[in-house]
Amino acid sequence: MTNSFADYAKAKMIILVGTNITEAHPVAGTFVKDAVLAGAKLIVIDPRRTEMVDFADMFIQLKVGSDVALINALMNVLITENLYDKKYVDSCTEGFEELKKKVMEYTPEKVAKISGISADTIRELARTMASIKPAMLMYTLGITEHICGVNNVMSCANLQMLLGNVGVDCGGVNPQRGQNNVQGACDMGALPNVFPGYQQVANAEARAKFEKAWNVKSLPDKPGMMMPTMMKNLTTGKVKGFYVFGENLANTEPDIKHVEHELQSAEFLVCQDIFPTETTRFAHVILPAAAWSENDGTFASSERRVNRVRTASVPPGDAKPNWWIFKELAKRFGHEWASNSAQEIWDNEVSVLAPSMAGIKYARLEGDGLQWPCPSADHPGTPTLHRGGKFTRGLGMLKAIDYIPPAEVPDKEYPMVLSTGRRLYHYHTRTQTGRCEGINDLLGEETADIAMADAEAMGIENGEKILVKSRRGKVEVKARVTKEVPQGLVWMAFHFREGCANWLTNPVYDPITQTAEYKACAVKIEKLK
Amino acid sequence: MSDTFILNGKETPFKQGQMILDAAKNGGIEIPTLCYLKGSAPTGACRVCCVEVKGARSLVAACSTPVTPGMEVTTDSQAVHTARKLNIELLLSAGKHNCITCEANGDCRLQDLAYFYKITAPRFAESEQRYPTEDVNPLIVRDFSRCILCGRCVQACNEVVVNRAISQGYRGKKSKVVTGGDKAYNDEISECVFCGQCVQVCPVGALTEKKAKGLGRPWETQKIRTTCPYCGVGCQQLLHVKDGKIIKVTAVEDAQPNQGRLCVKGRFAYDFIYSEERLKTPLIREKNGEFREASWDEALDLVATKFKEIIKKDGPDAIAGVSCARSINEDSYQMQKFFRAVIGTNNIDHCART
Repeated sequence: MTNSFADYAKAKMIILVGTNITEAHPVAGTFVKDAVLAGAKLIVIDPRRTEMVDFADMFIQLKVGSDVALINALMNVLITENLYDKKYVDSCTEGFEELKKKVMEYTPEKVAKISGISADTIRELARTMASIKPAMLMYTLGITEHICGVNNVMSCANLQMLLGNVGVDCGGVNPQRGQNNVQGACDMGALPNVFPGYQQVANAEARAKFEKAWNVKSLPDKPGMMMPTMMKNLTTGKVKGFYVFGENLANTEPDIKHVEHELQSAEFLVCQDIFPTETTRFAHVILPAAAWSENDGTFASSERRVNRVRTASVPPGDAKPNWWIFKELAKRFGHEWASNSAQEIWDNEVSVLAPSMAGIKYARLEGDGLQWPCPSADHPGTPTLHRGGKFTRGLGMLKAIDYIPPAEVPDKEYPMVLSTGRRLYHYHTRTQTGRCEGINDLLGEETADIAMADAEAMGIENGEKILVKSRRGKVEVKARVTKEVPQGLVWMAFHFREGCANWLTNPVYDPITQTAEYKACAVKIEKLK
Repeated sequence: MSDTFILNGKETPFKQGQMILDAAKNGGIEIPTLCYLKGSAPTGACRVCCVEVKGARSLVAACSTPVTPGMEVTTDSQAVHTARKLNIELLLSAGKHNCITCEANGDCRLQDLAYFYKITAPRFAESEQRYPTEDVNPLIVRDFSRCILCGRCVQACNEVVVNRAISQGYRGKKSKVVTGGDKAYNDEISECVFCGQCVQVCPVGALTEKKAKGLGRPWETQKIRTTCPYCGVGCQQLLHVKDGKIIKVTAVEDAQPNQGRLCVKGRFAYDFIYSEERLKTPLIREKNGEFREASWDEALDLVATKFKEIIKKDGPDAIAGVSCARSINEDSYQMQKFFRAVIGTNNIDHCART
């Protein structure tokens, strides 16, 4: 996030796009509602009528995957009607002329056909967005989980820069991250192209620094494989050994049947986890790990805040902290690692090697933690990035972007769109929440959410078991007839193995990030005989 | 021009619009409260914060009375103390407040105030119980016999987390905090999302965590601050730990980013760590496909041997790994270091992209 959660309740205008905030980030959602009660304007852009629509001034129920087209049309209006922040664009950004040329192709009338939003509404929305400054934009996986995920993200950034809303309090582009430490895993360099603190592996200087710190002669200079490529290469034989730490890939990845074939193909699969999962079934070795409250350590949240995690209980049986397991493995290759606790790892390695976290030490994390960049011991941390429109790269880059439809669109055989996401009461594949007393009582099984009109047309009752089929597979699941989804849309989650949406989802990926298109594929529903 | 008022005989500054409660606090005088909930519109329901204002017909509630220039406020007169004590005695008689059996014993505002005002015996007869305890929902016990109708839960639900699930229902002696249609929290038509904010703000034992029942008294537990293991907001939690076991979770008040709030998962989904299904020992798959228990040395030696074989035969890029986006930073750091410095590949990723 460019900004902080503390901004939410104080915001003057909030744009929620592709985020079901009250279910996926409930506490963040409460602050959005507080802002509305305090008089803020709220715009909700989503294919589904989420709970936040009850609080919204404008609800834009766009067609699944039409985000780029809609945002281009909004920018078309902002530029045509001279409503954009010219001063900001001139002094803080570059690429305006290319952007202008591109968005001129996206008239509200043309985009109305793509997005299902009328030209008048698009104009009204653009004018509303320009009427209040600053506006804060939040998004979640509705933006990223498309084959054009990167384009969607850049479109959000384009819009906010054009409105002059980046680099100010209560503004910015704010992706809310789905997992407690997905930000931290990125920050720590659990990515194929960067060391901790986003230092490129291709950069010789960065490599020399880490070679010295890690006491090795050389480090690989070529960026590695992203996860979908790794998995694909399990079947080609290019990847022989696969190490899965705390992921339940057999349920979380699109097209489960194929994913299981990939896992099955691993010559040697190591799983390190706290529970047996659908994925550990394929392992050759399973290593039992300490869990959340059994470690001292740190998480980094969406707002780049490094927070402490503290030990409250001991791991069961012989389970060990994950950092210890890696240290012990390294030892078997002749590498003696000095750090012998999470604090030593952070204080003596991470914060020494990552300049953006150089000022973060455990001693400073007793209270509310610190938000990176925090380059020195006396730096207070950074709640808002790009302050004053001064971007990390200098000028903010406006990018001309074209709309592309989802890879698989409805046709005669599979006439409906399946979109997926998360529900309030469970988390991912329920390895954790499924084992908490009371939680399964609140949500005990998966449903396929469908519109009243579709249910009526097919004679489907609420709660009736139906069949949902895609080109990849089929599931039997209860229908939940709801006003949340529009006609033609089926919406599901992947919390339950039975009825998991990922038996159906399409394994196609954004070409840059290799993020899968969980948000759109073609399905059909059938009544069970 | 800075405005002033007279607080216990002393000229004290205040800001326009400020309530007596806040202005007094700035002036160094702490007025006791019960129903007052920071960040919500004051209701003046409990009258525990009553103070004397010169010229007023009766005592006024400090939480909901704005200060005016020159106002003379007395917070510690006999009349004030007598009234506060009476109000507490009335609250005590309005329900069952037998502390021995109450989950909130030791963490109860009413108990604290009764103690402070030296109330030793009930002054009024205890009202009969009108509503049975709601025990059907899986997470929150609603004991109406202990409810003092202070309204904090209603304010928290409507003004803080804005889930709008509960409100003040019925009138007079029949008053009750109700969901829409006066159904259980988990009823189909209830709007409750089990964030438990009502429990967090309940000053007595009317709303308590079901899973924590009978597991430990507040003075027996250690409170450990930590970060929630679910979504990416990073809510700050207090783990209430007794004998090395988490018995309940509450939100850290006044902490960033959650400011005393949690959701259903943050507050109630902590006990997976005690599941009997936890992996407790390394496991190695036998030729017949069955897993058998192994020592750490055996399991780690096997991983190292296999990886060395693969590196020798196919090179380091034939090994790949995904790290965990739920585990701590230090674990991800170690894993990428292991892959880069030890295996010699950049084939390290995690689930951020999926």
